[in-house]
Amino acid sequence: MNKPIDLKNVAEDQDLIKKFLKETTLFLGPDPEIIRDHRIMPRTDYEEKCVQEHSDLNQIASIRDRLQAACEEGFEMVEQMGAAPGAKWGDIITGIYSASGDLTIGSAGGVLIFSALVHHPIKFIIKNWIDEKTVGVNEGDGFIHNDSRYGNVHNTDQSMILPVFHEGKLVCWVASTVHEGENGAIEPGGMPSMAETPFDEGLKMSPFKVVENYEIKRDLLTFLQNSVREPKLQYEDMKVKLFACMRLEKRIKEVLAMEGPDALTACLRYTNDSVVEEVRRRIAEWPDMTVRTHVIMDSTLRENVLIKVNLAVTKTGNRLIFDFSGSSPEITNRAINTQLPGLKGMVAQSFMNHVWPDLPRGQAGFSPIEVITPNASIVDCSYAAPNSQSLMAIFTAFTVAQHATAKFLYSVPEKHTRVLAPWFNMIGTFIWGGVNQHGETLGNLCADLNGMGGGARMDRDGEHALAPIFATMADIGEQEMNEEEVPFLQLVSKKMTTNTQAPGKFRGGMGYSMIVATKDSDQWGFMTTTVGSKAPPIQGLFGGYACGSYPLSKVTDVDVYDVMMTEPERFKHSIPEIMNEQPFENANYSTHHMGMGFDLAKRGELYMISQGSGGGYGDPLERDPYMVIQDIEESLITPDWAKKLYHVVFNEETLKVDEEATEAERKKVREKRKAQGLPYADFVKKYVKDQPPENIPFYGSWNGDNDMVYAGSNDDKRDAKDPGPIYMINPKDVKIAELEEELTTVRNVAGLSAKDTRT
Amino acid sequence: MKVLMTEYLRIDLESENWECRVCDHTIGSARGNYKEGMLVYNRDPADIHPSIIDPEKYRFTFCPDKDWVHIYEFYCPSCGTQVEVEYTFPGHVPLHDMEVDLDTLKKQWSQRDELTEPTTGPNVLVDRGHRHH
Ligand SMILES: [Zn+2]
Repeated sequence: MNKPIDLKNVAEDQDLIKKFLKETTLFLGPDPEIIRDHRIMPRTDYEEKCVQEHSDLNQIASIRDRLQAACEEGFEMVEQMGAAPGAKWGDIITGIYSASGDLTIGSAGGVLIFSALVHHPIKFIIKNWIDEKTVGVNEGDGFIHNDSRYGNVHNTDQSMILPVFHEGKLVCWVASTVHEGENGAIEPGGMPSMAETPFDEGLKMSPFKVVENYEIKRDLLTFLQNSVREPKLQYEDMKVKLFACMRLEKRIKEVLAMEGPDALTACLRYTNDSVVEEVRRRIAEWPDMTVRTHVIMDSTLRENVLIKVNLAVTKTGNRLIFDFSGSSPEITNRAINTQLPGLKGMVAQSFMNHVWPDLPRGQAGFSPIEVITPNASIVDCSYAAPNSQSLMAIFTAFTVAQHATAKFLYSVPEKHTRVLAPWFNMIGTFIWGGVNQHGETLGNLCADLNGMGGGARMDRDGEHALAPIFATMADIGEQEMNEEEVPFLQLVSKKMTTNTQAPGKFRGGMGYSMIVATKDSDQWGFMTTTVGSKAPPIQGLFGGYACGSYPLSKVTDVDVYDVMMTEPERFKHSIPEIMNEQPFENANYSTHHMGMGFDLAKRGELYMISQGSGGGYGDPLERDPYMVIQDIEESLITPDWAKKLYHVVFNEETLKVDEEATEAERKKVREKRKAQGLPYADFVKKYVKDQPPENIPFYGSWNGDNDMVYAGSNDDKRDAKDPGPIYMINPKDVKIAELEEELTTVRNVAGLSAKDTRT
Repeated sequence: MKVLMTEYLRIDLESENWECRVCDHTIGSARGNYKEGMLVYNRDPADIHPSIIDPEKYRFTFCPDKDWVHIYEFYCPSCGTQVEVEYTFPGHVPLHDMEVDLDTLKKQWSQRDELTEPTTGPNVLVDRGHRHH
């Protein structure tokens, strides 16, 4: 006979088991319960009481405005005082978090992705350290964190987290996060492409207490300084973040003194809940449909391969579901994988930046949106996989999110931004490191990464080199200021790269070229870390094209500073002139993909790259001929390519447009399209293959069957639910094997034997 | 009533069809994939993205590698407008990019007025200070 179950006893038993497990846990690793949940926490009884008792919207708005102003003040402090280049150029955020750890108000500028991430370490602190007798959470404490496995983009971003108390009771949290750069990884600058395990990625800080009584603990600081290449920067920026947090705390205490803790709590809770409600309302306005898209990631930063980032977005009623099934399995010894929070953070900020920028910068804006990811995939990797170059996975994921979202938004009557084509999504910049002209060891990057070309909009072109996809109002910095601290010059800087636009009725915003050369150090080098040298990493929209591809060009065995002294006329100011004309005698000219591992650069050798263009919007045949002419006048495009892409007829000397001839020419092109295009079924028969290309390693699902993924070869098919590890061979070993094979052939032809024939 | 779905496509809720907004051509059932009613062309990336450095001398030239990416162009079969472009893996099937729940769309728009032009969202206007009339 079944006895009715005594629920009270079951609950008590469960609590006992929980307590036992907690006390006997040997390792407090990343906690899936925290890491996999991006939703705001349920209302506590206290929050419920506060919201009931403080329903005056004017009071709530007034408190919120003061908190927002405090966040801006904190942001300003970090930006002005921070030592990291990332701090100076706005790759930071400051925020105020509820007592349960949800980000409620963040600074308007800065890297919004942090707003969707820092709640994870705070929740870890709440869950594990408050009741832990060897740690505890007290007034004046500060916690540091950078490990992506505990909720972060990558471990170059460091947070300082402070609890805020009122009369001994925890009322909220404040935090400040900066892209610090150096973290002691195997390559300088904090984002090693060469990392093959998480242990190659440098300092990994799970959330721990590093501040007591508002003072940084010197013993821990010394340990941290010894773990990175820039010990002074580590200290300076910990102080700066601490002071920004203390200022936020001060402002909150002013609010507490005037309004009391209940009103503050009501404000935080009401703000989050009302944003969630508003987001649901806005989603409901979208059409119910499924939108599918994907992008190509053409590199692991070590080798060129074809990696798929796949997305289906389904909207039904007020639910919005991002499903990344079909994306590549994780590459277990390559750094381009991401932890789940990084992925969600990036998708979240596609909404904050480009869909609903009018909503408060907080966690609530993304809280009601659902995300599905395949297990052990490039967009949701295991704890064993490195992720120091997670930007590759999350930036391409941003693009598919942005691309899909645009297709929902077009028909919606109530818009909060323009419908736009995908932004350029890669950091076209130099990461650098070594010993500078003052004898100091440095490792960081040029703020040119913040200049990504904007996507074209439904009624205007994209903006050039405008802003990174992860931050609004971030600056590209002053190169001349930078050069006081680094031993290299940007010989060409901020010059638009002609003929690299993404065409459309409205073209994408373009990027500029950078040509750098080391000058005053024998120990200095560069890295570049973008995909897209073989295939564009974005899409165009509604008949507009994507950008092209962007390589790295190098000139070695030359000292251009000597050339400039003796024959200055030989120096050329663009990549095509230098590469095509090869003006320096006996120099070596070469091109590479943009995953250049740290490369020691001799004085006067040239490293040349370009930022990318945002995607184009609409049929290029509809582009206003006068906008085409303006692009010619601004050297964004050459007359021959203007004709070829836009079919505008004009006088090449006067640039006068012949409107009638243009109309006739465009009509001809439309007829040509009709002649050359195949009916869908015929096209599929002719071009679609039931397997990926034979000779290029491919990773991901094929033709929409997301249950199975390819893992680098057509013979290696895996169950998408449990793909298992994928290890790639070191590209140098691949090269050696190729050369040995060639050598064997040559020996055979020449009748030579090897020096040592033993095996 | 017609719903403007993209720059070049709309759905006629009564006839339940995708239509071209440029020439009014009926493309196919709005319950299906509009791409099946399009002409498709496999565009050589070199036609769109110039090699700004010499492809005879260099492996990487700013022009995407046609063995690594294909560009599918979708044209309205009646007016030749380029309705959509898809950058894809060589040999991959074109994506069914917009699969609409037509019945729900009908219900949703029964509460709305028809739009003949899409809304654009708020304009950010430059504050020019005082103005006198
Ligand atoms: Zn048409």
